[in-house]
Amino acid sequence: MSQSLRPYLQCVRSSLTAALTLSNFASQTAERHNVPEIEAQSSPEVLLTPLTIARNENERVLIEPSINSVRISIKIKQADEIEHILVHKFTRFLTQRAESFFILRRKPIKGYDITFLITNFHTEEMLKHKLVDFIIQFMEEVDKEISEMKLFFD
Amino acid sequence: MSPPEVHHLFHNPIVDHSFSADQSTLAVTRETTVELYSKVGDAFKLKDELKGHDKTVTSVDIAPQSGRIVTCSQDRNALVWEPSPTGYKPTLVLLRINRAATFVRWSPSETKFAVGSGDRVIAVCYFEEENDWWVSKHLKKPIRSTITSVAWHPNSVLLAAGSTDAHARVLSSFIKGVDPRPPAGVWGERLPFNTVCGEYLNNSAGWVHSVAFSPSGDSLAFAAHDSSITVVYPTGPDQPPRAVVTISSQMLPFKSLLWSAEDEIIAAGYDCEAFRFQGSEAGWQLTGTIESKGRPGLEQREESALNMFRQMDLKGKAKDDTQLKTVHQNTVTMIRPYETSGDRVTKFSSSGVDGRVVIWSA
Repeated sequence: MSQSLRPYLQCVRSSLTAALTLSNFASQTAERHNVPEIEAQSSPEVLLTPLTIARNENERVLIEPSINSVRISIKIKQADEIEHILVHKFTRFLTQRAESFFILRRKPIKGYDITFLITNFHTEEMLKHKLVDFIIQFMEEVDKEISEMKLFFD
Repeated sequence: MSPPEVHHLFHNPIVDHSFSADQSTLAVTRETTVELYSKVGDAFKLKDELKGHDKTVTSVDIAPQSGRIVTCSQDRNALVWEPSPTGYKPTLVLLRINRAATFVRWSPSETKFAVGSGDRVIAVCYFEEENDWWVSKHLKKPIRSTITSVAWHPNSVLLAAGSTDAHARVLSSFIKGVDPRPPAGVWGERLPFNTVCGEYLNNSAGWVHSVAFSPSGDSLAFAAHDSSITVVYPTGPDQPPRAVVTISSQMLPFKSLLWSAEDEIIAAGYDCEAFRFQGSEAGWQLTGTIESKGRPGLEQREESALNMFRQMDLKGKAKDDTQLKTVHQNTVTMIRPYETSGDRVTKFSSSGVDGRVVIWSA
């Protein structure tokens, strides 16, 4: 792991742990509904201030917490045209299989390559600290994966 | 200190739990039902299921004297379950709310209960003899968002409520014909229905998760999403409180708190364990955790080389780190007094998202 990656991931890890304090919250606007508030954006008081953690201009993470859901968007490093294509193909492959991925959002937020949507139902079913571990591991592996693919490509 | 009594009931989240007065019956929420467990030896055995809601049950409370159970759910309803020889008989409560009911508690007098809701109201419910029906009056005025928790003052008239609009409030729920006139106290002298006796904003405008009156009822504590606990000591009607003490902490937010004595608060939440706070008007501080770490059976076993390579082969890593060091393996949702001696809580129970109910000695 490179020297600047470690504090970056550590920062993402602690921010994520704090953001994953979710509770079951029924909609205030629609009767008998229970929707992720971060997607509905219907009651401003249950949304928290979004947070961007950037390692450099092309690598950043956006964390958007709310009372019952968190959206985590990742911008993967793309140095040149080939990496850009590879990242696109890679994220496309994943998002097309979003159902079996549970926390993956089908469509990334604008300006980011891949978005996860974690709701209170996920944190109830799965272990909170392992969810954080998963995101961190994903961020660690994805760079390695892309550069490996690039090597094969060359 | 005796070790905690752990009961792993099932693998669904428990949002709320309640023990009957003699501690033989335990009611826990499980998705759309409430399950009743009775104590057989050292374990709890499923005795009955209360089915009547069609959305997630959000809260349950057993009245200590009458044994009536009140439940509420995100389907906008509250039910009162009357014990009878053939089982529990549900009665629907006329709540008149259009959003989820989020929290319910019996008043100490057991003639009323309060239902918090996402409709920006608290329904104070009482039994109307002539109609043979539980009816409600709404506390509406200053509430601007979902009610997350309510707590009763020992006089059964004052009600504290925490809300996602970052306020903890003390309101009067006096109902003529049901309540005797309350004696004047620090919160106010004349208390008609919907009098706002106190309104306290969390410093960083975080959602208030839990509120509680001290045993005497003369002070109020609330836990908010900025991981802080605030204790308010009021002076008297129409005067600023004589002390507002905020204890901020480095932990994750607390979901639930209780007063174990006039000078001690126990709080638990997203850190999966309970913490103790002690203090007075002059100041409060965190004194430590309730759990004694390094319980037998949990410390790392001597890793054999074979075991290590087997782990690496099966899971791709040398150490199994799925288990948390705490008793609860997920968020603690509710803590409640279990046993009291004098005016001190000596034991309390906690329930968690991991489906465990644990009884601790405080």
